[in-house]
Amino acid sequence: MEKSSSSSVGSDRGLKSPSWNPYVVGAGIGILSWLVFLIVNKPLGMSTEVSKFSGWLAGIFVGMDSVVENAYWASKTPKFGYSTIFLIATAAGAFLSAKLSNTFRWEKVPQVWREQRGPGVAGRMIAAFLGGAVLLYGARMAGGCTSGHGISGTLQLAASGWIFFAAMFASGIVTAKLLFRKSGS
Amino acid sequence: MNLPFSTSSTAGLVLAAVFGLIFGILLNKGQVTNYNVIVNLFRFRDWTVLKIMLTAIVVGGIGVFGMMSAGILESYHIKDTNLLGLILGGALFGVGMVVYGYCPGTGVAAIATGSLHALVGFAGMVVGGVVYALTYPWVKANILSVGALGKVRLPEATSIPEFVYWIAIVAIALTLFRVLGKREAAASS
Repeated sequence: MEKSSSSSVGSDRGLKSPSWNPYVVGAGIGILSWLVFLIVNKPLGMSTEVSKFSGWLAGIFVGMDSVVENAYWASKTPKFGYSTIFLIATAAGAFLSAKLSNTFRWEKVPQVWREQRGPGVAGRMIAAFLGGAVLLYGARMAGGCTSGHGISGTLQLAASGWIFFAAMFASGIVTAKLLFRKSGS
Repeated sequence: MNLPFSTSSTAGLVLAAVFGLIFGILLNKGQVTNYNVIVNLFRFRDWTVLKIMLTAIVVGGIGVFGMMSAGILESYHIKDTNLLGLILGGALFGVGMVVYGYCPGTGVAAIATGSLHALVGFAGMVVGGVVYALTYPWVKANILSVGALGKVRLPEATSIPEFVYWIAIVAIALTLFRVLGKREAAASS
């Protein structure tokens, strides 16, 4: 088994390195959460913004008036602001990091999927689409995702964060058992 | 300096860009923009995600606890504990995370590293968001209302002091990291 956390090769350091020690990255995210709490009085979060984005997209098709009439979007009105910029900047940061370390790759079917479910592009894309839909539906029902519950919630010792964390792991382990049945990597 | 900045102020928007940029770099350098690293957590083959999350919880949590105790932070930001919604939603999220291979934050970041299936999955997320908004009245009445306990923090709910939680979490994390380190050393030798 190849260890993915030790794939850094050569002497590239800092932003040019393809990976950092996971403990360093974790500590970095922890310190980032202090700064976000302290400076803008907000926890780190992502899925609320994605659902607002879907409201904004829906607004293009059905008109924003019908969107804000919806009971859910009425409380999370889609508008361009802090969280939108945070989402776009997250993508920009990942792009910058991948480009600087020369690890940007177009990927249609990832390795584990290819080995377990075959190389078909259509199959992978359909699964990604459905998986994404279930993912965000679940995040909204739970009221948060890996960042909002899994990191920001747990680190404040919120009961909601730890319950979400446990439910997500249990379900993910069962799903992986069912989806990836072949032995090997 | 008057903290906190309003998130709608110009300074707030600039900070959103800075925080997001750092978050995106950390996700990529942590390799969690890589599909294989995420799904292999759930197959017990790669512990990167767990190491990152537990370290973030320990470092972030002790810092926030310290800042709250010192009166530097105004308040916690606790989400509602709706038991059924959390368990069902968390279970759906776990299914989605393995099938899609990302969570919302890492999916957004992965698109920017060239993952086309992450992009297709983002379109799925948007659809999931629309479906949720459409079904929200029903979910609110029938699911979110079951076991709705409000904003609950573990120290208050259990009457166990906060520092005891942190001693326990740090002890568990360090033990786990040691065990994982030994397992990885054994696997690679």
